[in-house]
Amino acid sequence: MDVTRQIRIVWKPVVFLCSLVPLALILTDIYGIGGSLGANPIEEIQDRLGNWGLRFIMIALAVTPIRQLTGRNWIGQFRRMLGLFAFSYVFLHFLSWLILDQEMKWSAIAEDIFERPFITIGFAALLMLLMMAATSTAAARRRLGRTWQKLHNSVYAVAILGVWHYWWQVKKDVSEPLLYAALLSVLLGYRLWYRRRRRLGQRIALES
Amino acid sequence: MLIRKPAVIRPSAITPRETYFNRRELLRAAMLAGGAAFGGPALSAALPDGKRARLDDIKSSRFSTDEELNSYTDVTTYNNYYEFGTSKSDPFRNAQDFEARPWTIRVSGHAEKTGVFDLEDFIRPYDLEERIYRLRCVERWSMVIPWVGVSLAEIVKRHQPLSNAKYVRFETLLDPKQMPGQRYRTLDWPYVEGLTIAEATHPLAILAVGVYGEVLPNQNGAPIRLVVPWKYGFKGIKGIVSMEFTEKRPIGSWERAAPNEYGFYANVNPNVDHPRWSQARERRIGASGGTGFQSLLGASMQDTLMFNGYGEQVAHLYDGLDLRRNF
Repeated sequence: MDVTRQIRIVWKPVVFLCSLVPLALILTDIYGIGGSLGANPIEEIQDRLGNWGLRFIMIALAVTPIRQLTGRNWIGQFRRMLGLFAFSYVFLHFLSWLILDQEMKWSAIAEDIFERPFITIGFAALLMLLMMAATSTAAARRRLGRTWQKLHNSVYAVAILGVWHYWWQVKKDVSEPLLYAALLSVLLGYRLWYRRRRRLGQRIALES
Repeated sequence: MLIRKPAVIRPSAITPRETYFNRRELLRAAMLAGGAAFGGPALSAALPDGKRARLDDIKSSRFSTDEELNSYTDVTTYNNYYEFGTSKSDPFRNAQDFEARPWTIRVSGHAEKTGVFDLEDFIRPYDLEERIYRLRCVERWSMVIPWVGVSLAEIVKRHQPLSNAKYVRFETLLDPKQMPGQRYRTLDWPYVEGLTIAEATHPLAILAVGVYGEVLPNQNGAPIRLVVPWKYGFKGIKGIVSMEFTEKRPIGSWERAAPNEYGFYANVNPNVDHPRWSQARERRIGASGGTGFQSLLGASMQDTLMFNGYGEQVAHLYDGLDLRRNF
């Protein structure tokens, strides 16, 4: 079996199923199978979904550096799926807030989105992810041409807003948001370093 | 000659825990019979084995609410007690080995009767009362908890504050060995909270030594904690080792950490939002009926009441005070 085929039939389904595990655990915990959501299940669901949204954003952002550093280009084939999982968890996080937490009280929801900065930035990040998810098909990519890359570069803004949203939401103990901020700094820092190195490489190539 | 002091908090069996739950079942049955569409509370939560000493001679109180109680599990596994960790499941996990006995309380400052008192002596002069109070956390959730405690007003009076005693300042134990959360500077340890003398002598204010008819579990602030039901939960300082009568207004730990978010008064007030969230509504923990998804969709948000519903008793304490500024 060649690599492409193996990825498509074996590894993609494996990654897909693994990515569903956090969601499956929430569902089984809702029904008290093997675990529980504690005294405040709605808060727990919201926190878990938000956390996994952020984790998948980080995982998706790690794909390109790993691909470049290891030289294994097939790794890049997982990027879209992981990005779509990031979107899905963030979207479910949003829905849990909308339906379970706010109980679809629209005036309160509008007030939160427009008046509470941490919710405003979270909502902005969600809209950007929505736009990226909607243009994630091969056909959309072809149709949009160069614009597609520009559009999808907003993942950097999404990641920054996501960490910021988390940081701002925490009452006092920012150790976890700090962890995400550190990870994101590495992931974004790597890109700056890589770009500079490539430019330098091009210049050397031109001069010689 | 050794005079054996009668233990104030001694094991006896006047109120088996089952009675509480029977009472809840009865309440629920009554509600269902009455056609209340609210749905029963989550009663299925398993009870940890009763290991705590039961409290004796508990008087009931006219200040108690007849609202549905939260389960023992809710009350003892979902706690904010940063001394034992910042997640709400941490205190239950990390406070199990905490030594709440022997315990002394230092009474100091502008009062006639100051000194260091053994907890038993400190509590003995007063009646133990059950006070079933609503607890409203600043994080928009609430519970109904059957505290057992003594009137703070009586304690304050007994220590005879002087005329320049304007406030009571409380302090939690500082012991990073036993309280792992104190190894990190999430807050300025030890935890500090304070009340005006008028608040501290209000009949609703108690120092709790028990819950559900039993000695207070460590994660709930054993052996002794403040309960002021018209204020946000963080005012209810736990594991108290010091009570000081001061002329200067004390600055609480949360106020010190974020003065724009947490004020000295911290009265429950649906009209003054936390800078990052609305305080107009609250989630009553455990109030949704059914199982699975149904339990999640059950209407469990409710309107927050001014002074947490204790306005009739306490509003006069704040006459002429701008509550928006003095949040």
